[in-house]
Amino acid sequence: MAQTAQSLNSARPPATGHRVKRHTGLMDWITTVDHKKIAVLYLWAGGFFFGIGGLEAILIRIQLIKPMNTFLDAQTFNELITMHGTTMIFLGVMPVIFALMNAFPSSADRGFWTFLFGGLLLNLSWVMGGAPDAGWTAYTPLSSTTYSATHGVDFYTIGLQIAGLGTLIGGINFLATIITMRAPGMSYMRMPMFAWATFITSAIILFAFPAITVGLVLLTFDRILGANFFNPETGGNPVLWQHIFWIFGHPEVYILILPAFGIISEVIPTFSRKRLFGYSSMVFATLLIAFLGFMVWAHHMFTTGLGPVANALFSVSTMLIAVPTGIKIFNWLFTMWGGQVRFTTPNLFAVGFIPTFTMGGVTGVMLASAPADFQFHDTYFVVAHFHYVIVGGLVLGLFAGLHYWWPKMFGRMLSETLGKWTFWTFIIGFHLTFFVQHFLGLMGMQRRVFTYLPNQQFDTLNLVSTVGAGLMGVGMLIFLWNIFITSRKPADAADDPWEDGRTLEWTIPSPPPEYNFKQTPLVRGIDAFWKEKRAGHTSMTPSEPVGSIHMPSATILPFLMSAGIFIAGLGFMFSRDTFGSDLLSFLFNNYIVTGLGLVITFGSMLLRSLFDDHGWHIEPEELEGR
Amino acid sequence: MITWQGGKRLLPMTAALGLILAGCGREDLSVLRPQGPAAESSFDLMKLSITIMIAVLLIVFSIAAYVLVKFRRKPGRREIPVQVEGNFKLEVVWTVIPLILVVILAVPTVKAVFAAGNDHADDPDAVKVKVTGHQYWWEFEYTDYGVKTAQDLVIPAGKDIAFELRTADVLHSFWVPSLSGKIDTNPDGTVNRFSFSAPNEGVYRGKCAELCGPSHGFMEFKVKSVSEAEFEQWLASMKAPAVLPEDPQLAETFRSACLRCHAVGDQGLAVGPDLTGFGSRESVAGILLNDDTGADGAPILENIQTWLRDPESVKPGNTMPDPKADLGLTDAEIDGIAEYLAGYTLE
Repeated sequence: MAQTAQSLNSARPPATGHRVKRHTGLMDWITTVDHKKIAVLYLWAGGFFFGIGGLEAILIRIQLIKPMNTFLDAQTFNELITMHGTTMIFLGVMPVIFALMNAFPSSADRGFWTFLFGGLLLNLSWVMGGAPDAGWTAYTPLSSTTYSATHGVDFYTIGLQIAGLGTLIGGINFLATIITMRAPGMSYMRMPMFAWATFITSAIILFAFPAITVGLVLLTFDRILGANFFNPETGGNPVLWQHIFWIFGHPEVYILILPAFGIISEVIPTFSRKRLFGYSSMVFATLLIAFLGFMVWAHHMFTTGLGPVANALFSVSTMLIAVPTGIKIFNWLFTMWGGQVRFTTPNLFAVGFIPTFTMGGVTGVMLASAPADFQFHDTYFVVAHFHYVIVGGLVLGLFAGLHYWWPKMFGRMLSETLGKWTFWTFIIGFHLTFFVQHFLGLMGMQRRVFTYLPNQQFDTLNLVSTVGAGLMGVGMLIFLWNIFITSRKPADAADDPWEDGRTLEWTIPSPPPEYNFKQTPLVRGIDAFWKEKRAGHTSMTPSEPVGSIHMPSATILPFLMSAGIFIAGLGFMFSRDTFGSDLLSFLFNNYIVTGLGLVITFGSMLLRSLFDDHGWHIEPEELEGR
Repeated sequence: MITWQGGKRLLPMTAALGLILAGCGREDLSVLRPQGPAAESSFDLMKLSITIMIAVLLIVFSIAAYVLVKFRRKPGRREIPVQVEGNFKLEVVWTVIPLILVVILAVPTVKAVFAAGNDHADDPDAVKVKVTGHQYWWEFEYTDYGVKTAQDLVIPAGKDIAFELRTADVLHSFWVPSLSGKIDTNPDGTVNRFSFSAPNEGVYRGKCAELCGPSHGFMEFKVKSVSEAEFEQWLASMKAPAVLPEDPQLAETFRSACLRCHAVGDQGLAVGPDLTGFGSRESVAGILLNDDTGADGAPILENIQTWLRDPESVKPGNTMPDPKADLGLTDAEIDGIAEYLAGYTLE
């Protein structure tokens, strides 16, 4: 764990002075470098995209409620499934993870704005000529201009490129923060599991995102500049795209799930009043999962025709992931063993996570067996599996985390009654929706079909699935209502509102002040705060005297850098189009719009590099005065 | 060798599981009711893995249930539970047991992977079929017999069929759930081969399993497993001279409008699906099922009329021109062609 507030008692730089311009309102949000505010931005942006993805899911389920339904046409359906997958994976759950992970590190402003502009660009496709329709995997040749002639897939490649850059910057930020900004005494093996999960996830991002970046560049070149990387007629190879996509795509699954593991590893000990069982084996299991995650990508390609040797190797490597995952499940169960389990809303989600995620895990092992996967692949069995892992695992984990840290983030406790209603409607709806889909797949229903013939025994199960999706929607509405009424209550949450908090964030006010820790605490072991409480202390022992705290200055440059990339991307996408207006054609076809965007981006970078900003200080008198 | 003992003990359980699962789905479509050795091999692995996984789930669920009931915090409880750091023996147990389970599943998996790798491409007894995926229909070419057909794959029961699969456009995936797992059709350069057989005579449903465009869900086909004699008979009648509409004027319309893309026997261009013996097909356009009883579709004549009146509404995004709007055919001509095609049956 680290904290932004660095005390620089000696060697204070020639500061810009104590009095700095403090922005308010919208400008405050656009220029903020406070990681907590950035986390809130991530949360709202993620919530917004999650809402869009959820609505898309409901539309998909309405279309599939009965055979030969005509609620949606085939093209719209394909656009919806593509955008549902892409939005949920890249834009919906990732930022919420980032929002929670931002509880720890320092500024991540560039990452956020780049991510947001990428996500907005992708979703602009709905109103600018058609959304991408080639599935979130965008397999070539279906995603080539020959078979997907609208700009939909361009929005996908360029939007994801920009959003991916934001994610990469975010990941590097977390790594740097965790490596350099841990409090005195906070050795690696004393870090909370959630910090470990953040650390390892960021490392996976660092290695996995460059792969998709390269893939997206190649696909963009194919589509916009007429290159032939994936075009079989001119010697390109579509299977290459599948390799590039999944070398990124499988680690991406662990980028999603490891933070959830981290959250569960915080919530369960707190509400069992017991330390995490087998902490070191948890750390090594997480590392092992991250490592093996890069060794298994071809299990998404068992039916591509890689041959028996590759299929056998990737079957076995995939099955091996079950071992570290199993270690984690049993460690959580034995954390509760002998403890005093309280069923608060966060813990309900955490406890619901264990069996649900285990079910997703075991179907994962079943899928790992290549000859069986020849049948499972691209059917509703797979759809059921990955929703068990992503929704039953990650989303339940996120809900646990959101309810758990909400008082810390906003100073207000979410309603426990409404929280429990959210839990029960959501989890019952979830199992109704996805459990039956295992059987649909085994009975011969392939995925990504916009409708199906009657008399295939698919009808009842699809109806059940749609009803379940509706119930999940109800759960989400209750959650939104909960947020709304909570926001109207006074912000009176205690520093340690759950009373059994074990880690450092529960030692500071809710919500935390801008500088987080008045004095950097001294960490004396795992679960530092719990250790102090057991020793009879009510607060942490500080590792330094109260001194002036160095703060970074607010700046609009990161926002401008990201806006520039957005403009450049949009300009590049339409560089080969003919426009009604001559002026527009001139601006776009001569790459003037693209150039303008790049000038804004690189200009902002130049300004950032040329002008030193030493930040400002919060003086001790001010700290004591509060 | 304890692991193998354990494996054997699982056998009766897998057998029981097989019986339960066999109740699921149509015999001609369900993965759970395998009708051939390839599907059987996948199903055996599924039963083994489901058995192991149910055992794992039972253990996890029981521990979870026990913990949640037994270790609830009772009101007013103030004492602090013992802070257990871990337990070396327990942690070794739940590392080693999953490893053993993985080995139990991995050994038959690897065996089955290599068995499935036998594509019978050089087997003189196997029937060779070239499969080509098109948006949104399937082409089957019997290279040894010089016969080409579409949508209905006719095979002799019990014989190994050696497939060579490719696509003419985007990726598709060739899947007959009750007979075998699926395999993708890739462009030239990454052509796939595989093999299956259907010991029992019957009609099996096939599907495209890789997203290939708007009508991906409608890219269905049928596999007809027939006796050796019937298969020979079918080949012979496919090779017989083409039958054209009796009315010479209709024949001319058919030739100029339809045979520009389709073929019957030795006439026409086989760009679109071959129409030889269309009256004997199981479906029109793969998705309008032919069933005179009306239970599972409509009579073939009705289906052909539905298709020809508005192909786009039946199969969105397909490349067939609209006979009336694009080719200028009259309603009478469309009905005439429909009647001719419905009556063009094979011996």
